[in-house]
Amino acid sequence: MMHRREWVYGWLFLSPALLFLFTFTHYPAVKTVISSFYSTPKGRRPAKFIGSENYQTLIQDDVFWQVLVNNFWFAVGTIPISIGLALLMALWVNSKLKGRTLSRVAFFAPTVLPLIAVANIWMFFYTPGFGLIDQFRSGLFGLPAINLIGNPDTVLAAMIVVAIWKEAGFFMIFYLAALQSIPPVLKEAADVEGASSFYYLRRILLPLLMPTTLFVSINAVINSFRLVDHIFVMTEGGPDNASSLLLYYIYETAFKYWQTGYAATLTVVMLVLLSILAIGQFFLFDRKVHYQ
Amino acid sequence: MKPLVKMKNCIASIALTMGVATSAQAVDLEFYFPVAVGGKAADTIQALTDEYVAANPGVNIDAVYSGSYGDTVTKALTASRGGKPPQLSVILSVDMFTLIDEEVIMPFDDLVKTDEDKAWLQSFYPAFMENSQTGGKTYGIPFQRSTPVLYWNKEAFAEVGLDPEKPPASWEETIEMGKKLVKKDADGNTSRWGVRIPSSGFPYWLFQGLSTQNDVVLANSDGNETYFDDPKVAEALQYLVDLSTKHEVMAPGIIEWGATPKAFFEGQTAMMWTSTGNLTNVRENAPFDFGVGLLPGNKRFGAPTGGGNFYIFADSSDEQKVAAFDFVKWISQPAQSAKWTIATGYVAPRPDTWDTAEMKAYTDDFAPALVARDQLEFAVAELSTYENQRVTAAFNDALAAAITGTKSVGDALAEAQKKADAILKDYR
Repeated sequence: MMHRREWVYGWLFLSPALLFLFTFTHYPAVKTVISSFYSTPKGRRPAKFIGSENYQTLIQDDVFWQVLVNNFWFAVGTIPISIGLALLMALWVNSKLKGRTLSRVAFFAPTVLPLIAVANIWMFFYTPGFGLIDQFRSGLFGLPAINLIGNPDTVLAAMIVVAIWKEAGFFMIFYLAALQSIPPVLKEAADVEGASSFYYLRRILLPLLMPTTLFVSINAVINSFRLVDHIFVMTEGGPDNASSLLLYYIYETAFKYWQTGYAATLTVVMLVLLSILAIGQFFLFDRKVHYQ
Repeated sequence: MKPLVKMKNCIASIALTMGVATSAQAVDLEFYFPVAVGGKAADTIQALTDEYVAANPGVNIDAVYSGSYGDTVTKALTASRGGKPPQLSVILSVDMFTLIDEEVIMPFDDLVKTDEDKAWLQSFYPAFMENSQTGGKTYGIPFQRSTPVLYWNKEAFAEVGLDPEKPPASWEETIEMGKKLVKKDADGNTSRWGVRIPSSGFPYWLFQGLSTQNDVVLANSDGNETYFDDPKVAEALQYLVDLSTKHEVMAPGIIEWGATPKAFFEGQTAMMWTSTGNLTNVRENAPFDFGVGLLPGNKRFGAPTGGGNFYIFADSSDEQKVAAFDFVKWISQPAQSAKWTIATGYVAPRPDTWDTAEMKAYTDDFAPALVARDQLEFAVAELSTYENQRVTAAFNDALAAAITGTKSVGDALAEAQKKADAILKDYR
């Protein structure tokens, strides 16, 4: 009797979370997979089953492949640098330096600011002629104006810089919290043993930070697909799709071109990619992560 | 006695409120409007709507600010799919085919009953109606419409010995004058360009100015055929590319729309092409004397029109349709239309608005406002097809590729035409 009641309690406690998870995560994911096999409904013509036609379109869609390659470079550009920068900043503001609180606030500020608003400020930095970067270039070095976001060769790099600036401070907070939970006796013991700071960092700090690194890197991977707000404001994916990312292309397909069936197909690709990457990371890091 | 009086009062007041409620329920309209040019437009629409409602007690109009043009069409289509469309909305004129394709709008012809209505339908500039009619029916009524014009810096013209009152009238003159206007600093870097034709986001719009000047149309009026690979289109695109690469009178790469007026104010360019929607902005912020003129011509003068039309949604009751139609008729009358044009800088869409006393006073004070009207004679419909966003996206990509030099003009346009053919084949 008692057992049965506990079982009911368990489900009762779980149900709010389950309800939300099913409504907003699992049901839409399953629905997306189903929609990807249907045509786009238009006016009074309902969606009809078309098998793998959307997937064949996908394979022949040049823009899709270009966007995928862009997203790969966007991930390669943002993930390691933002994590490395976050670690450096955390180590720095964790030490005893003057104006420590101010530095922490400064590093964290980009996370708090809405990206749409900030993208407008970055637009000004990048503006050729009278933008901030060009004023430095011509004022200090007499260099000609440079059109960073109007050139397909540089636009993606310019977007990567904005993304790193946005997320490095966020990751720093996690590293900072982890650093502060490391017992100071370890540092004292290392000093007594005569270990150099670099040895201490390599053999003690970094291994102890591994759970945080795993968490942060999964977040960074997700962000490399998710962080597209600045694309809307700064380039709209241009010139000629040079700065378009997968999620932005999905938005365009669904809400600009109104091809909801094909957009579902693109979303399935993104779901699969994210799942593979997340699972892969767990396996890859598993042996190196030591939980205390 | 007293409680009884109270009760009587109570019943009377209930009856009264019910009576008011039923009369207010007569016709409710939901009206989506986008704002593309700053705060004054929203206030003016609200004020005009309130004025109409005050004069027509049987109608209630809920004017909903719905974001940019893009947001508005997204919202209207989403609401229609959800079964709760607005009755009335201002949406880009180029979205007409999309709205027809989604079967959400209705032609105005179904509501036109009297001769007066018929005359009203004929009262707009033909250049604006091209984008509002297809298959012999009128689906949109021009409202917040614009057209690109040439702005030039008179001081810069005088500085290099050009007549400050005479802007370039042809493609060749743009190059000649542009070369004179280009200024280099001590390091040999260009500190002032001759001309600036913005190309970010939607390069097709200003490019359509060039293609029209080269006497070629980009799409047919049925919206199911494009002519991107026409040699004259290629010629126009080659001219645009040459302005930066060969003649070096325009900055290379994609040129930002948003930064264009600022670059003009800062003296970074002596001429710019941009929408008449910027008239008030330039008037208030240019620190020098400026002129406004027609876009230079080549084989002919030419410019696209742009901006938004009124649409009535099909999924409304008959009373709502009649009320919405009446509101559109009212707001497009010269008196209202003049208020709107003066507040925003949008081009008044019918000739008689320009004859009102308010407009005369406005244009006497600020003659450049007339240039847009004079250009309408040469203006053509903005590029619009079925699946408009996809087709223009393919074309925009091609223009961007040619401007940034990643593809040759011919290859880029041939590719865009191929994509457009694939998209439009179901509509032929």
